[in-house]
Amino acid sequence: MLQVISVLLENKPGALMRVTGLLSQRGYNIESLTVARTLDPALSCMTIVVDVDPLLRQQVIKQMNRLINVLQAVDLTESPAVVRELVLVRIRTPQESRTAVLKEAEIFGGRVVDSSVEGYAIEVTGDPEKLDEFVGVMRSYGEIDVTRSGALAIALDAKKLRLQPPVPTRSGSHEEMVTEPPVG
Amino acid sequence: MSTLMSGARMLVECLSREGVDCMFGYPGGVTLPFYDVLYEHHIRHVLVRHEENAAFAAEGYARATGKVGVCCATSGPGATNLTTGLVDAMMDSIPIVALTGQVPTKLIGSDAFQEADTFGITRSCTKHNYLVKRLEDLAQTVHEAFYIAASGRPGPVLVDVTKDVLQGQGHYQPVTAIHLPGYKVFTEGHTGQIRRAAQLIAEAGRPLVYAGGGIVAAGAAAELRELVELTDAPVVNTLMGLGGLPSCHPNFISMPGMHGSYAANMAMTNADLLIALGVRFDDRVTGRLAAFAPHAKVIHVDIDPAEIGKNRAPDVPIVGDVKRVLTRLNKLLAEAKGEDGGEVHAARREWWRQIRAWKEEHPLRAVTSPDEIKPQHLMAEIDRLSAGQAIVASDVGQHQMWAAQLIRFNEPRLFLNSGGLGSMGFGLPAAIGAQFARPDKLVFAIVGDGGFQMSIPELATIASYQLPIKIVVMNNGFLGMVRQWQELFYNNRLSAVTLDSFPDAEKLAGAYGFKGRTIDKPRELAAALEAALKEPGPYLLNVKVSPTECVYPIVPAGAAINEMVLGPPHPVPVPAK
Repeated sequence: MLQVISVLLENKPGALMRVTGLLSQRGYNIESLTVARTLDPALSCMTIVVDVDPLLRQQVIKQMNRLINVLQAVDLTESPAVVRELVLVRIRTPQESRTAVLKEAEIFGGRVVDSSVEGYAIEVTGDPEKLDEFVGVMRSYGEIDVTRSGALAIALDAKKLRLQPPVPTRSGSHEEMVTEPPVG
Repeated sequence: MSTLMSGARMLVECLSREGVDCMFGYPGGVTLPFYDVLYEHHIRHVLVRHEENAAFAAEGYARATGKVGVCCATSGPGATNLTTGLVDAMMDSIPIVALTGQVPTKLIGSDAFQEADTFGITRSCTKHNYLVKRLEDLAQTVHEAFYIAASGRPGPVLVDVTKDVLQGQGHYQPVTAIHLPGYKVFTEGHTGQIRRAAQLIAEAGRPLVYAGGGIVAAGAAAELRELVELTDAPVVNTLMGLGGLPSCHPNFISMPGMHGSYAANMAMTNADLLIALGVRFDDRVTGRLAAFAPHAKVIHVDIDPAEIGKNRAPDVPIVGDVKRVLTRLNKLLAEAKGEDGGEVHAARREWWRQIRAWKEEHPLRAVTSPDEIKPQHLMAEIDRLSAGQAIVASDVGQHQMWAAQLIRFNEPRLFLNSGGLGSMGFGLPAAIGAQFARPDKLVFAIVGDGGFQMSIPELATIASYQLPIKIVVMNNGFLGMVRQWQELFYNNRLSAVTLDSFPDAEKLAGAYGFKGRTIDKPRELAAALEAALKEPGPYLLNVKVSPTECVYPIVPAGAAINEMVLGPPHPVPVPAK
């Protein structure tokens, strides 16, 4: 079963690689990954969909939480969460089926974002399985190109976020030379 | 206050403020500005002969003191050579900071001369790493690196600094605070769980303390001793934890695991409570996990939440600094002891009787022979001279296991060895780091003829600084541990394990300007070691030992730890060379 992991991390170079490295070092293939800035531009939120051995799930999440750049990693697979995805479909369709395509898109809550004599570009958001169905239906009308965003997830219950407060250094003053490393 | 200075000077200033007095490194093109500042600075830079050994020496320094060890290498090959040492420090939770130079920012990604993606390569080799491309980030980054390396579960941190940052001029602002919102260090331990732990300890009939490197890292040896004396529980110290409880302590059994003693492994298997302190249930300790300590409830104390439940689900998980947790646990135990008058129940007495019986049944014995020097004999002689006080930096292999079994360590930070990664070549440079850290201490480098030759260039470092390290080569002419496995598990088909053409030790040491000697007779052993110790400078003692001795007990791969092979199944012929 696929696991949905949500990771809140610092928006810094290399942070993404640290998280994905924990999966790739075990030879896990990432099904999808989305990442973007949060309300706080210093942070990013990442949603990863990956097939992790069930026995190792907790371990992987703990190791993600151990990363310095990660503020919180949570497993949303079995907790209340909304998972959504965006798909962009470009379809080349003959004149006679244009209306039918539009109707089908409407059923899936799709929106036409470009229209030309060759066909349409349509965007649909929804449950990833629903999007599979939409893509299947579109394919039956003609030649298509598809780009998917990958799953985006948000937890429905508030996860308590524990952050480390700033730690004063003993190296801050010129007068006092440090003789030992600071111990946290 | 702010002062205008170069990035290189700023870097040295940061090191100085972190209390660095000694570092190990190898210069190169992009680190020239840094070395130019070191030219007239009080920080002692030790020039090693290979960057890998700079990392190992920094580890030796850190392992011997608990302070952060520092190593430095140039871009490209310098940085890639550090990686084994970084992984080694990662596996054994050793605090080191590695500084590497990087090509100028505008050349990154252009396949510039001596360019390598150090930041990418070392991502999985470090607890954390940095690439510094802006001078204004430098000071904050360096102080963060030291903080991360030393705090929580210690580990290696690498700071890769571009040449333009080192050359740039900027205003140095003292760093007053470190803010790492995502760096969660849980030190205190859960009060309810600590109470539950005390309860389980009170109820247990066959308790066993399983103490590891975390005791050493946390500086919790005194607290461990207090726990042991409050509860009278027997103790096994892992390879990384040796010295955590003094070897001479009456409650100390010995090391458990693949080459652990019979008594230690039997105690693990039969305990009804494991008090696991700063350990990670490593496969070399547990053997077949499903059969490990099958009757035991487990209290697991570790500062790293990711270690709890990784290999064995504990009954009482406690995430915290083992020193702080033990302080509180001991308080509870002392209170309870005051109430019940410290009555020892019959099960405990029976448990101790059983453990003593196991110890007598198959003790770890230093076998000797009149004809050849047995490796165990060598370790026993070193033990006699050390008396639990000397620093022993070992390499990796058979000698490491014999040293762990037979040399006493009555304090933490005396036995320095590559436990997790098992990096051959570790011993000699680690001894160098340790001797710089503890000039007052007698330091042995106990190495095999294989590992010694991996770091043989460091003889020059030892000679150059006249370090009084006593290098003892346990020379069996083989890659002994691999040979042992080929003998025991591959029908004695000895493939690529013969080490011939070992250099003449006297000539080799002489070439570097110090004394060396080769011995092969048991009656020479004690006097030769004593002579080495009398020598004020370095000494290379090459001890030819029985070539085909195997380390016993051995728990074969996939077996439970009570399924030990205690000795050779049949006489083994010496193969023709």
